[in-house]
Amino acid sequence: MGTAVDRFDDKARGLFDRIGTNDVYQGELLRHRPYTRFLHWMVALFFFLALFSGFGIYLPWLFRWFTPIFGGGALARSMHPWFGVGFCFFFGLQVLNWLEPMLWSKADTEWIRGLKNHVLKPEKLEPTETGFFNAGQKVQFWEITIGSVVFLITGIILWIGAGTFGRITVAVSYVLHDISALVMLFGIFIHMYLSTFGQPGTFHSMTRGSVAESWAWTFHPSWYKQVTGRDPRQAHEEARRQMETGRR
Amino acid sequence: MSDRRTLQIKQISAHPGPIPGEGVQRDLEVCKLVDTTTCIGCKACEVACVEWNDMPFTPTTFDNTYQTMPETAWSFWNLIKFNEHQREDGTIQWLMRKDQCMHCADPGCLRACPADGAIVQYSNGIVDFNQENCIGCEFCVSGCPFNIPKFNPTTKKVYKCTLCSDRVGQGLEPACIKACPTGCLKFGSKDDMKFIAEERAQQLREHFGYANAGVYDPASIGGTHVIYVLHDATRPELYGGLPKDPQIPWSYTVWKWLAKPVLGTLALFGLLGVCLHYVTVGPRKSQPEPPPRKER
Ligand code: HEM
Ligand code: SF4
Ligand code: SF4
Repeated sequence: MGTAVDRFDDKARGLFDRIGTNDVYQGELLRHRPYTRFLHWMVALFFFLALFSGFGIYLPWLFRWFTPIFGGGALARSMHPWFGVGFCFFFGLQVLNWLEPMLWSKADTEWIRGLKNHVLKPEKLEPTETGFFNAGQKVQFWEITIGSVVFLITGIILWIGAGTFGRITVAVSYVLHDISALVMLFGIFIHMYLSTFGQPGTFHSMTRGSVAESWAWTFHPSWYKQVTGRDPRQAHEEARRQMETGRR
Repeated sequence: MSDRRTLQIKQISAHPGPIPGEGVQRDLEVCKLVDTTTCIGCKACEVACVEWNDMPFTPTTFDNTYQTMPETAWSFWNLIKFNEHQREDGTIQWLMRKDQCMHCADPGCLRACPADGAIVQYSNGIVDFNQENCIGCEFCVSGCPFNIPKFNPTTKKVYKCTLCSDRVGQGLEPACIKACPTGCLKFGSKDDMKFIAEERAQQLREHFGYANAGVYDPASIGGTHVIYVLHDATRPELYGGLPKDPQIPWSYTVWKWLAKPVLGTLALFGLLGVCLHYVTVGPRKSQPEPPPRKER
């Protein structure tokens, strides 16, 4: 990545480090710095504002009860594009922030091949090659990146209207805009589940920034090795033995 | 006629549930007939429309033709389109067509509209916009094959010809009809207008040498409640871009009524999926976890 982007990211991270704090206690590791957390929650906020204000326009006979939240249909319609702009803006910054750990690797392809093991018959420990993000998280990230671009282009066309772009362009854009939202919504359900109930301990990384070491060697072994210098499997084995002796 | 209710609602945009009073009374379908062969381009109808609907002044554009402005505007619903058409033999034919909402039997604007009650279709065929329910999304502009609904950036609402539903509801003819000095505009039941139009087209074919004269009442959208007599019905585009085969984009037909609910449900399967995952497979825990309880 270009050095200008790196310098920008470093500056922003530094700025937010001065404002925000992390809670990292013994046996924990810092995972997400304040800048990352700030961006993530701004993205989530604008995503849901745009989603809920869009629902009433998407399927009025089912989601009509969403529009009063925004002060009626007309107001929901006029605010929706601005929510979308906010979403794209903050996610754009997040893309720059996360570009490096999100790059695809050979190990990720392997991970996707073994998807069934991760989902249906979860092996207790992630493959040792799994780094800061696993391949599923990377897919989610790139899906949202592509989706945001589709949102932005089709959204601007819908915003400015058929008078400028022609009625067929608008008619097609509106379908693409919908599909983009549906795919993202589908993914977000899975995302919300995995970062809360589905994988306990993950949520804290986005609130106060830290995760337990055991979380790290279980789900992101390669990252664990990188930050602690210890072998993740060995660390797990030691902890297991300790737990057993403690019981006796 | 004014003692009869002539504006019985037939269709409402984005409306769930039944339509109030639907089918309790039979209505005559109304129709406006525009005979382009007897229009003299006097624009009396333009003035009558602006007057009756109490429109503010709309700035005009001079583009070296007799046309008042390039297309209709939110405050200018009735526009005579002028076209100097050069025929094969080199002579000029001056074509004039009164452009306004066609009050389609299958209105693309109504299909596209996502706001409950912003567009209604009366059972007499009139398609009317209710600005107080309009959310200003402009989907109707994209749904309309005739480029009719026009957005007002100040009120953020869309406006168009009402076929003078306020007058028709009181048993009066639309203002443009009343103003027309040549009788080129007529108003009555759809059956009567269709009959007169066909007669006139036959007359043009048999006595005036317009072999292709005919009636414009496009079947692709189930017909319209404004119909034209044209000198050459095979080339309606000559008359200020009247589409030969007007279509409603599939985004507002197949996508909106079928794919939207179906795919929306599919997206909800994501939610269902994770719930099922939690109660069956269960969460993944950081290792090591305490050993499972032994049954004794
Ligand atoms: C309220 C619902 C949400 C919760 C509880 C949540 C929670 C989290 C957590 C805990 C992480 C960190 C995962 C890790 O460190 O491994 C994360 C990452 C992330 N979040 Fe969210 N998030 C939510 C909504 C969203 C939304 C709406 C978006 C974007 C549209 C989003 C985009 C991302 C992305 C791209 C990542 C990084 C990749 C990944 O972990 O999948 N999140 N989220
Ligand atoms: S001409 Fe356009 S605005 Fe008028 S009824 Fe047909 S689709 Fe609607
Ligand atoms: S702009 Fe047109 S489609 Fe949108 S709510 Fe108003 S009438 Fe309906």
